[in-house]
Amino acid sequence: MSSLSQPRLPQATTTPMLPLTLDGVRFSHRGQRLLGDIDLRLGAGRTLIMGPNGAGKSLLMRLCHGLLKPTTGQILWNDQALSPALALRQAMVFQRPVLLKRSAQANLTYVLAIRGCPRRLRKPRAQAALERFGLATLAQRPARVLSGGEQQRLALARAWLLAPDILFLDEPTSALDPAAIRAVEEAVNQFHHRGTKIVMTTHDLYQARRLADDVVFLNAGRLLEHSPAERFFATPQSSEAAAFVRGELPW
Amino acid sequence: MPIADNAFSTALTLIVTLDPALLNIVSLSLQVSLSAVLIAAMIGLPLGAALALWLFPGRGAVVVVLNAFMGLPPVVAGLMVYLMLSRAGPLGSLGLLFTPTAMVIAQVVLVLPIVAALTRQHIEALLAEYREQLASFGLGRPRMMPTLLWDARVALTTVVLAGFGRASAEVGAVLIVGGNIDGVTRVMTTAIALETNRGNLALALGLGLVLLLLVACVNGAAHLLGEHARRQMG
Repeated sequence: MSSLSQPRLPQATTTPMLPLTLDGVRFSHRGQRLLGDIDLRLGAGRTLIMGPNGAGKSLLMRLCHGLLKPTTGQILWNDQALSPALALRQAMVFQRPVLLKRSAQANLTYVLAIRGCPRRLRKPRAQAALERFGLATLAQRPARVLSGGEQQRLALARAWLLAPDILFLDEPTSALDPAAIRAVEEAVNQFHHRGTKIVMTTHDLYQARRLADDVVFLNAGRLLEHSPAERFFATPQSSEAAAFVRGELPW
Repeated sequence: MPIADNAFSTALTLIVTLDPALLNIVSLSLQVSLSAVLIAAMIGLPLGAALALWLFPGRGAVVVVLNAFMGLPPVVAGLMVYLMLSRAGPLGSLGLLFTPTAMVIAQVVLVLPIVAALTRQHIEALLAEYREQLASFGLGRPRMMPTLLWDARVALTTVVLAGFGRASAEVGAVLIVGGNIDGVTRVMTTAIALETNRGNLALALGLGLVLLLLVACVNGAAHLLGEHARRQMG
């Protein structure tokens, strides 16, 4: 059972991906600079990206994940540029989960299929992942009719089966009720305990206090601060971050 | 009125007794239109999905032409295929004119733009929702295509049914390239036109009823499918 519920991590035999280094990264759209220049170095642990609306949090994650290309600067994974092989060792969970129009179980066997998992192993592994995230009884339900919290947990179960080295989460709990938020946070910690690097954006200061090992603070497309969580919340370096921690910056 | 009444009851008798002449015509109609729709779907579904997925110079023009061809008058489609297949035409040596194969080709010309253009619209809408997630999975466009086609399966089924409705109901194209030869290329629509001219209202009406029933069944199936999917998939 343990071999089923814990798909082997692919990096066991490959080079580590961390640290993630951003070197002078800028992103412009139609001549307008939306982000940058960002110099940042992320090691292991749970990184929370915080900042008011429009700060560029989602943009920064999409650049790191390779969904967008920086206009200038470079993003390096352990001194290597993102390659297709490295891209497969990442996963991302979006604010609104994008689930296929199939059953919950079929959403999971789908990612196992595209990653070349043998057919006979797909259903048992999918079922184990559903159980891990408390969705076992919903296996045959169409994914699109699940509740918001269930959908987000299914997206996390799907990411779990991808066994990523790095998991990006873009405000995964912003539309959820407190019980569902707690379930998602527990799921994030499961990834953390498995050794997955977490990079997550949130609006929720309390959530950041509960989860963060380090905090990246953005404002208006600029990186103002990157510090360990305790120091960020106790003695923020910039006046903007201080206002944000006091809850005075508009979200 | 008595003539019409008489024709109506005779038509019903023809249907109920499974009149061989009527059955022949209905069966050829189904063979031709189903073959045409099958071929159009096999080309049009991937073609429409590819148009949604790939950006290339001239893509806009292709989309406009496809959309315009959705309304292609059947007689014009028939004429185009006629010119291709006639003795003097580029494909004249194949000797296909006035055969069921020619009718299938003409109907493919009619149905393919419908299937491809509507598929492109549906896949493009779905892609807008799925693109980031599928890219995050590391999928390239060729691998996205089957996923999108499968997830749009309900909408695409109604697209194909719409194509079948068009194929089975048109008369112009099959008349021109088929020639309405008794027992060889006579289908429901061409037979109805001919029998009406001849005054053989019973057979015309019988065929008309079968055709109506067929079109009603296709539309009913499309409706039920949509309802079922809405309940199933939210």
